[in-house]
Amino acid sequence: MRVTMTINGQQRSDEVEDRMLLVHYLREVAQLTGTHVGCETSLCGACTVLMNGKAVKSCTVLAAQADGAQITTVEGLAKDGELHPVQEGFWEEHGLQCGFCTPGMLMLATDLLSRNPDPSEADIRHALDGNLCRCTGYQHIINAVQYAARKMRGDARKSA
Amino acid sequence: MFPARFQYHRAGSVKEALGMLQQFGDDAKLLSGGHSLLPMMKLRLAQPAHLVDIGGINDLVGIREEGGKIVIGGATIHDQVAGSAVIRSKLGLLAECAAAIGDIQVRNRGTIGGSLAHSDPAADYPAAIQALEGEIRLESGSGARTVKANDFFVDLMTTAIKPGEILTSVSFTPHTARTGYTYLKHRQPASGFAVVGVAALVTLDTKGNCERVRVGITGLGPKAFRATAVESALTGKKPEAATIGQAAAHAADGIDALADIHASAEFRAELARVYTRRALQQAISTIKV
Repeated sequence: MRVTMTINGQQRSDEVEDRMLLVHYLREVAQLTGTHVGCETSLCGACTVLMNGKAVKSCTVLAAQADGAQITTVEGLAKDGELHPVQEGFWEEHGLQCGFCTPGMLMLATDLLSRNPDPSEADIRHALDGNLCRCTGYQHIINAVQYAARKMRGDARKSA
Repeated sequence: MFPARFQYHRAGSVKEALGMLQQFGDDAKLLSGGHSLLPMMKLRLAQPAHLVDIGGINDLVGIREEGGKIVIGGATIHDQVAGSAVIRSKLGLLAECAAAIGDIQVRNRGTIGGSLAHSDPAADYPAAIQALEGEIRLESGSGARTVKANDFFVDLMTTAIKPGEILTSVSFTPHTARTGYTYLKHRQPASGFAVVGVAALVTLDTKGNCERVRVGITGLGPKAFRATAVESALTGKKPEAATIGQAAAHAADGIDALADIHASAEFRAELARVYTRRALQQAISTIKV
């Protein structure tokens, strides 16, 4: 079947198998390998992308279901060579070690901050429920999201 | 990991979807958010030849008030139910339950109709649907019918939906005055599913006695159920701690509890009693008399 979607602002149209998952479409057809394949069972969140602005696990969405949708992947966050505040937060606060979960964490954080520009630590921990990290123990990820929240609210003070 | 081959069909209307179901018969499965069906298909536990996608049908999405009832379209995602101003103010138990499902990503895709039709024994929604006595509307080529929650859940992953029918909406009576509620669950830490989940809804009369008690329990048995023994043990009584405890002790009465790697049958039954007691106490504590 033919699917057409707008990925990071660019429309593309491809012939795909009906059973193709969105994550495979993004990685193998659109060649955007920033989105990671983790558990493949909708638990780990490494494959999280934005579909019409909402975070979804792209291993549990068919490319066919995303036909006509606006998709944002981690490659779409930085603009004109400038890191997105969420990316800058992970950089500044050392929000990653191996980096495997990071694209999913960044996309989830983007959805969270679009709903709640000033999340508490508890809000962030609750929101990260569906994204697993096996390196950091999460604390630096929390700090990174808080950094991004401050930056996006126009207060670029570094966290203590 | 990906599903076995199938043909994908996107339905533009309920009528079109019903036509496709008729055309493909037993070879077809309905797809809404896909957060129950796609994982099963990836594990090859389900291998339908045809998927009829009803997730994009506008008539199936949204929340409306109609004749004193609140009606939720079958393809409405959990996030919309959890965040809806109408649901939060008039049907708070359902909003609380929707917010407890899975994680943000799951709530952005999973739908109320999909969850109910799938009827996973550990799903959250069925507990609240039972406690709220929701009414499920099923449409087919020959008309529509409404099934009460208690008749809808039949057995493990088995509902009253017949071949050729589509779950189009669920309707509820809004909460009345002096009503308190909560949904509490013992969460399976990896998946977020309920090992046991309890939805409690209590209305007090003007003297402060329990006028109406509804308890829906998921995770304990093969299907979500109303704990009627708990309800009747508390109805008419003053909601004191000892009385609540005695009523909650009946939470697992007559239920053949499930057992798996996460919890034995005995532990599940104990969880049901403990969470029922906590849920009732919490629900009652929120009532403003």
